[in-house]
Amino acid sequence: MGIYIIRRLLYMVVVLLFVIALTFLIFYVLPSADPAALRAGRSPTPETLAAIREQLNLDKPLYEQFWLYITNLVLHFDLGNSFVNNEDVRSLVLDRLPNTLFLIAGAALLWFVSGVLIGTISAIKRGTMLDRAAMGVALLAISAPVYWLGLVALYMFASDIGRFPLVPGAGAYQNAEGFFAKIPTLILPWIVLAAAFSAIYARLTRSNLLEVMSEDYVRTARAKGLKERRVVVRHGLRAAITPVVTVLGLDIGILVGGAILTESVFGIPGIGRLAFDAIERGDLATIQGTTLFLALAVVTMNLVVDILYAFLDPRVRY
Amino acid sequence: MAAILEVKDLRVHFDTEDGLVQALDGISYTVGSGQVLGIVGESGSGKSVSSLTVMGLTRSRNARISGEVLFGGTNLLAASEDEMRRLRGNDIAMIFQDPLSSLHPFYKIGDQLVEAVRAHRDVSKAQARDRAIEMLGLVGIPEPRRRVDAYPHEFSGGMRQRVMIAMALINDPKLLIADEPTTALDVTVQAQILELIERLRRELDTAIVMITHDLGVVAEVTDDIAVMYAGRIVEYADKETIFASPEHPYTWGLLKSIPRLDLPRDEPLVPIPGRPPSLILKPPGCSFHPRCPYVREAHKRIDPKLAPASDAAVRHRVACLLPPQTRRALWTELVNGATPDDAKQRVTVPEEAVDPEVAAVDTEPAR
Repeated sequence: MGIYIIRRLLYMVVVLLFVIALTFLIFYVLPSADPAALRAGRSPTPETLAAIREQLNLDKPLYEQFWLYITNLVLHFDLGNSFVNNEDVRSLVLDRLPNTLFLIAGAALLWFVSGVLIGTISAIKRGTMLDRAAMGVALLAISAPVYWLGLVALYMFASDIGRFPLVPGAGAYQNAEGFFAKIPTLILPWIVLAAAFSAIYARLTRSNLLEVMSEDYVRTARAKGLKERRVVVRHGLRAAITPVVTVLGLDIGILVGGAILTESVFGIPGIGRLAFDAIERGDLATIQGTTLFLALAVVTMNLVVDILYAFLDPRVRY
Repeated sequence: MAAILEVKDLRVHFDTEDGLVQALDGISYTVGSGQVLGIVGESGSGKSVSSLTVMGLTRSRNARISGEVLFGGTNLLAASEDEMRRLRGNDIAMIFQDPLSSLHPFYKIGDQLVEAVRAHRDVSKAQARDRAIEMLGLVGIPEPRRRVDAYPHEFSGGMRQRVMIAMALINDPKLLIADEPTTALDVTVQAQILELIERLRRELDTAIVMITHDLGVVAEVTDDIAVMYAGRIVEYADKETIFASPEHPYTWGLLKSIPRLDLPRDEPLVPIPGRPPSLILKPPGCSFHPRCPYVREAHKRIDPKLAPASDAAVRHRVACLLPPQTRRALWTELVNGATPDDAKQRVTVPEEAVDPEVAAVDTEPAR
């Protein structure tokens, strides 16, 4: 088990180094415009440009640039300063992180529980009207884009513009003070973000469970005389859920790097919103910072999933 | 000898998109306490469906089940799902073909055995665990106290089948159904498992239904043998009779297609030509007729029923339209090394000669 985790950790380091090299290449070597010009603002003097070049180490040879870049990043987690307001990108990201985590945690809980539940019921009631209805709704939810679903949700239920003003609308999150005051403002974002995921998880759970329920060991469980509920949950679902958990980990990793659409529609100042604004303003340092953060989040969640898998499936441990 | 299990005219049909699958077409057999019945047949002969139906595991929306399955006097086909659940793993237990996939890969074998005990007995986990260790020892798992905490993938195939047997017998069932228990195992391990089953039968006095396609397996352990073909029993007798004087051409085919050490090595094996029929579109008349070397025109129309082979041997029953004396003459030729074609040359098989006792129904020429 220890060796397994160490191997996974080393693998993670290699992937991260590769990602760092790639972002360096994209942002410093192959940019669409001179980073110094982007940083300098409108009509800069040659002196300003030269000063910025020096500040960003653009005047040094490429290998030295990369060395400085990687040492700053690894030793100080230094993501550079924003091109727009010279703020430290690291603190920009870390300031926004709690908002994104809050959004994802609620949504992930919602979609995981609802998805697995709907998928399980669908699998047990396979072929019935209930199953068909659930899978039909799931298809709709998967097909609906988040920005559209978000706007429709706001139009229907937001307290300011909604036809049925039930819950706080866009921008309410930023204005709410304190953890508990923020919860109601996240109801719509949670549901909107969770909708498509819930549908995907329901379908995934359904197909996995249907496959597992025809396994010999499920027949053994029945032959033992276990109650059907126990057969489905302890023997069927237990095996069917393992791949679902894997996907959950990866999805969370990607979303921690920014639920761009949901955060934009509902005006939640998270990492996705940060990245979105940075792209709009050509803020290279912030784009790069959020990209690296996304990579870190995905790779970390990958590791978490790998370790979790070893606990879920004893066969992996050896 | 009291009958533990009595199956009467059991029919199981499945509605599928391709048509009605007639998996079982009226089979009857009896198993007494401590007795071993072997059910032999090719894949698709309905032998597994019959045992799963006894367990109540073929019930589904598209299954049509009729007949009677009497277990200790009660008809299991009329029992509720909850009553069946209480019987399963308790009074009737089953072991399956593939021990690799029959144990849950995520749970320790001890936990799986404990679960089997606690599904039927109100005992503590510790008591159930003691019972699990005792059973693992009984089926010959070395160091059961340590191995009880191992996962299935840490066991070899033969050891896993021993675990399955331990799980099946943990609640002292009256009836054990073994569905191809040795098929997935190495030959040496097969012998060990059969020996184990034989020993446990003697010690625990459990009635056993042994399902297999391998006559070698039934030769070792069974008392009676039912030969199944296309959802029916075509021959039923005690083991000695089946091996010494079988009367159904399908049984002859099975016997002639297994290698035997007691025969000269140049004796060729004679496979049964053709394949088992589709259970959706069964041939009319005797369903074995497309593969039978001794088929007559009448056999393609008339459906034989299982009837005593002779007045002298009422326990030996066979479903064949050939006259008894012809059958015996043919088998004598085959035993002496004749091929089916030679045998046919030497024994006159009368045209249209149909034993009136055996001719059950004059079926429609084509269905």
